[in-house]
Amino acid sequence: MRDVVIIGVGQTRVEEHWGKSLRHMAHDAVMAAMKDAGIETADALYVGNMLSGELGGQEHVGALVADFIGLRGIEAMKVEAACASGAAALRVGMFAVASGIHDVVMVCGVEKMTDAVGDEVTSGLATAADQEYEVSQGISFVGLNALLMRRYMHQFDVKHEHFAGFAVNAHKNGANNPNAMFQSPIKAETYLRASMIADPINLMDSSPVCDGAACVILAPADGYRARAKAHILASAVATDSLAIHDRRDPLTLDAVALSSQKAYAQARITPTDVDLFEVHDAFTIMAALSLEAAGFAPRGRGVCMAVDNEIGIEGRLPISTMGGLKSRGHPVGATGVYQIVEVVAQLTGQAGKNQVQGARIGMAQNIGGSGATVITHILGGV
Amino acid sequence: MSIPRNWRTRQQRYSLKAEVCNTCNKHIFPPRDVCPHCAAEKQSWTNLSGQGEVFSYTTMYNAPAGFEEYAPYTMALVKLAEGPMVTAQLTDVDAQDVKIGMPVEMVTRKLSQEGEEGQILYGYKFRPMLREAA
Repeated sequence: MRDVVIIGVGQTRVEEHWGKSLRHMAHDAVMAAMKDAGIETADALYVGNMLSGELGGQEHVGALVADFIGLRGIEAMKVEAACASGAAALRVGMFAVASGIHDVVMVCGVEKMTDAVGDEVTSGLATAADQEYEVSQGISFVGLNALLMRRYMHQFDVKHEHFAGFAVNAHKNGANNPNAMFQSPIKAETYLRASMIADPINLMDSSPVCDGAACVILAPADGYRARAKAHILASAVATDSLAIHDRRDPLTLDAVALSSQKAYAQARITPTDVDLFEVHDAFTIMAALSLEAAGFAPRGRGVCMAVDNEIGIEGRLPISTMGGLKSRGHPVGATGVYQIVEVVAQLTGQAGKNQVQGARIGMAQNIGGSGATVITHILGGV
Repeated sequence: MSIPRNWRTRQQRYSLKAEVCNTCNKHIFPPRDVCPHCAAEKQSWTNLSGQGEVFSYTTMYNAPAGFEEYAPYTMALVKLAEGPMVTAQLTDVDAQDVKIGMPVEMVTRKLSQEGEEGQILYGYKFRPMLREAA
């Protein structure tokens, strides 16, 4: 196995891109990354995407994007693992470079959600859950997370307002990220007054529907060391049942624990070595459950980390440092690649006002469904 | 849901038809080819009592496509007496009266209808228990 480094990154702003199609957004992100890496072609392109077929009637986006960016002929394919599609595409890119099959590989996460109307998007997102035994009963993806949050509040005697700090932190960081969907801070009162989607989950617990594309360029460390922006120290995937009702314990994200432990072992680190964590905060409850299962908080105490001196930029473990899924936005299949672009920014001192001082090790975790696929990457600075 | 898919899962949705693992004796719902508890491959058919309690619940204000006309409605995770958990709607109860731990029992109800001329999907919902378990 060869060590793999990241030599270029690119992203579009996350927003409602009414004027751009999936292929245009992918083009913008890939071109930015190629320029950043100083390359004009690559051996392969892996596209992370979840909903192109469901919402746009367009599958086969590997070849589509390869052709559209002027690289007709190269190897290209789509990689899908629900909301973890972006990180899954990165992992496939890693396989290709680490194995020696390819040298320079492009990984692009792209999602176009706003071409569809609300209930179509709701149904599309629900394809990450068990169609026959969850979705057919009338539950949505938000609803599934609401079931987890309600039980968490009951079992650990937590109030809804205790989760506010996750949303406040995300928006505070997003305010300094020119590529974030929401670039304005919110107050705890804004969180408490937000309209209900599926109680107890309100609008401020939940990441937005949006469009975006991000890209990273991978290469072997040998031969590209001088151009490396970050090393991939670990890449680990774990799975759990699609349905929450089939889990060993619905309030323990077993796949987060397994994926994190595998990643720590690969990188030869412990959780205390992590300088920043791009957590999959699609909902505030997922942030709390992830922090627990990844080893940063005891069971039932993840929500206690939702305060500035824990998760803020200068806190014990900065999370969602560029806004996270809540404020940067969650263009589902692209999110995992945005997380990597943001970790690279932190490790190269390019994070501006949100720079975590002295950041050497950054972790990104991308979750598919309500915890059925969990992909953890740990990056190290050069 | 396609007609064959509806037909294939009818016994589960109409009568909670389940399995017992021949190796570890745990109940399995919905049926699987491999026991999720011990990975054994042999199971026997059984029926569940349909009784259980609310493990968690939520009220759906933004319903997925096909369920808009029913919103708002209450969804729950129901822990069945025999062990398995299911995701299902609660019925015959006001949302504000639902509590975690509340005893419930299965009833067969209309889940959704695919347009004026489409098939009607029936399945299990749960209502507050009318009588204590014998």
